[in-house]
Amino acid sequence: MSTGVGVDLDDVWVKFGDFVAVREANVSIKGGEFFSFLGPSGCGKTTILRTVSGFQEPSQGEVRIGGTNMVGIGPNLRPTALIFQNLALFPLMPIWENITFSMEVRGASKGERRKRADELLELIALQGQGDKMVNELSGGQKQRVAIARALCAEPDVLLLDEPLSALDLKLRQHMRTELRAIQKQVGITFIYITHDQGEALTMSDNVAVMSAGVIDQIADGRTIYDDPASPFVASFVGENNVFSGKIKTITKDYAVVDTPAGDLRAKIGTAARGKLQKGNDAMAFVRPEALAIAAGRKGKDENRLTASIKTEEFEGQSYNIFLNQADGAEIKMSLVNQGQAYEHAPGSQMTLSCNADQAVVLPAGALASE
Amino acid sequence: MRQNPLIKVFLAIYLVIFFSYLLGPLVIMGITAFNSPSFPKAAPWECLTFEWFSVLANDHRIMTGIRNSFIVGIGTVILSVIIGLAGALVLTQIWPKLRATYYTIVIAPILIPGVVLGISTLVFWGRMNAFLGLSDESFLQNGIFLTIIGQTTFISSYCMLVFVARLQRFDQGLTEAALDLGATHVQAFRKVMLPFLYPAMGSAAVLAFLASFENYNTTTFTFGKYPTLTIELAQKVRYGINPSISALAVIIVTITILGALFYEMRKRREAMAIANGAPASAVSGGGFKLPKMLAGNPAAIILALVLIGGIGTVLFAQAYNPQACKVEVREEKRKATDKRIQELQEKAKQRSLQEKLKGPDIFNQPAQSPVPPAQAPSNPGSGTFGDVFNPGNLDEGDAKKTPDKGSSLNPGSGTFGGVFNPKNLNESSGKGTSQ
Ligand SMILES: Nc1ncnc2c1ncn2[C@@H]1O[C@H](COP(=O)(O)OP(=O)(O)OP(=O)(O)O)[C@@H](O)[C@H]1O
Ligand SMILES: [Mg+2]
Repeated sequence: MSTGVGVDLDDVWVKFGDFVAVREANVSIKGGEFFSFLGPSGCGKTTILRTVSGFQEPSQGEVRIGGTNMVGIGPNLRPTALIFQNLALFPLMPIWENITFSMEVRGASKGERRKRADELLELIALQGQGDKMVNELSGGQKQRVAIARALCAEPDVLLLDEPLSALDLKLRQHMRTELRAIQKQVGITFIYITHDQGEALTMSDNVAVMSAGVIDQIADGRTIYDDPASPFVASFVGENNVFSGKIKTITKDYAVVDTPAGDLRAKIGTAARGKLQKGNDAMAFVRPEALAIAAGRKGKDENRLTASIKTEEFEGQSYNIFLNQADGAEIKMSLVNQGQAYEHAPGSQMTLSCNADQAVVLPAGALASE
Repeated sequence: MRQNPLIKVFLAIYLVIFFSYLLGPLVIMGITAFNSPSFPKAAPWECLTFEWFSVLANDHRIMTGIRNSFIVGIGTVILSVIIGLAGALVLTQIWPKLRATYYTIVIAPILIPGVVLGISTLVFWGRMNAFLGLSDESFLQNGIFLTIIGQTTFISSYCMLVFVARLQRFDQGLTEAALDLGATHVQAFRKVMLPFLYPAMGSAAVLAFLASFENYNTTTFTFGKYPTLTIELAQKVRYGINPSISALAVIIVTITILGALFYEMRKRREAMAIANGAPASAVSGGGFKLPKMLAGNPAAIILALVLIGGIGTVLFAQAYNPQACKVEVREEKRKATDKRIQELQEKAKQRSLQEKLKGPDIFNQPAQSPVPPAQAPSNPGSGTFGDVFNPGNLDEGDAKKTPDKGSSLNPGSGTFGGVFNPKNLNESSGKGTSQ
């Protein structure tokens, strides 16, 4: 594997009338990679996928598959197969005909098609069920049939548009593992769309995070989570606490932000290096699990923050405390449940601690509204 | 929740009235098809007879009308389904921006009165014919052609509505999926969208056929030398009807009921198959296994009963001979007539006595004297007024004297319009002289 066909988007814009659905997308996806687009509903993920599969011509820019410019090449001639957001299985055909539709239109004989269908049915663990109709399958089975149908077309690039969004949690987790296994097995490029960040982080080699038509960051899951490129990415991927304020002092790698909860010294995000100056509006992000109740003497890289307690919440493996900063902004702190008893009076002040290396400073910007 | 019993009673009464209103005429008409009087009558019941069915079968004009209706119907179905489908595809797939305008244009023929369509078809193709310099006998002036074209102008709009309704439920993603898997646009249409439209094509075809079959307004201008069934029926009403029309109605209603039951049965069977988790194809494709098929399917049971009843009736009709009953009824009628004549003679006597006392009455006398002999053979129960318009009774009186003439088998005779039928006048006047 690994010598699959890559996909490049070069300054791609998609406009619907005056509305810009995709703005200046530059993406380079390597052959055999599992690449995800992650973003909230309506941010243009499907639109990007449709430009790759050929249903949507970009208003500007270039889509290349395996280095070939795809302009003017229709969807039925591109080496891609799309798994639609709603699966779009053919309801009037039995499963095996659904799976081998791509062979039928190329004129393959019925015997050949049956044989291939049986192979693929085995791959998706539905052997012997090829004669069922689509409406006789469960959601997860339909899912797998859609995958088999796309694989049957032997695409170089498989495009998946939120294929798991209709499934319940258990099945979704199961299908994630299965999809990843199938991708490893067939070794082709997967471009995967989701608005579920857990899905993107667990499955992908690389993730592109989008907001309102713009790609904010392209990186592997760990980098996205630990070193977000924008306030939007920081707040969209996982939970994050925001401490806003002006920059008080700044060094090469660290900056101190004057926040309502007190001075906060934090690492400067890689994307923001060299772009911040003293006095700028900034945002510091601290994950709930990076906060702790202050105890003992203040360490060298430690921050001390004060806030008033609002409520507490017991969540099984963790225990959450919600606090308010002086300006009303909310803080969430997650403590691992170790059997300790907590009881804090609402309204009372509490001092929190966090390490400077676990906090990220970025220039102030729009947050994900979630 | 308990219901007020009074409300239940009212509801029941309402339902009875409602259904009598809806179905009563059909039931009455159905009864007249089996009653022996030669004018369609449900009461008084005289003799059970199937002769009207053979009268119908021997009525050349009705049979030709049915044949023409079928030819026109099939032509209209083919043309309308194709045009309707094309229109619907354009409406839903191709011109999203012009949709509203296009819709209005295509739907307009439904709103235009059929008479206007008929006239305009006639005029337009007449002009076309003249323009092309063809003779009056060319196919552009042929009744079948004109009728099909005329009916198609609006029936194709019906078909289009059926297709649009179905296409609106079509997932455009399916076409895209087919394209994405390498199909050409033609393949995507043929293999994905067309199969989806098959049921709608069936509905549209049935709808088109029924609309064509029952059409009168448009056809009346276009039929030329090929009158359809509705045209023939209308002409018959003008010149006089007999219960063979009812017999035709019975046949049509029976076919409709059978069709509806069959459709319902299939639908339920498929629903049951899906409920049982078996693939619908395996069940609907299967052969006829009666007991299993009937299980839990009321439509199938009723269908079977209707079929058995129908076959039984036909067999019975083969063996049944109403002659004995007819003779009996005639005998009764004769007795009643004799009695009536006596009564009238009695009255006449009294009147002449009175007149002798009062002096002559110029106005009443001529009106009354010719009626009694003609009216005499009518059934005892019926009112005098209707009988004036019912020369059919004259026929029977006639047949009584010459029973082997079988005049009641003559479809042209014995109707309320018979007053205008010179033949009937002759007969009655002939009888008048013979009496
Ligand atoms: N054919 C179109 N005409 C006009 N606007 C469109 C069209 N297709 C998409 N859009 C707009 O483009 C934006 C992005 O749509 P897109 O379908 O790519 O969102 P998405 O990220 O896939 O969202 P979701 O997660 O809900 O599927 C939306 O605001 C949508 O309204
Ligand atoms: Mg989408």
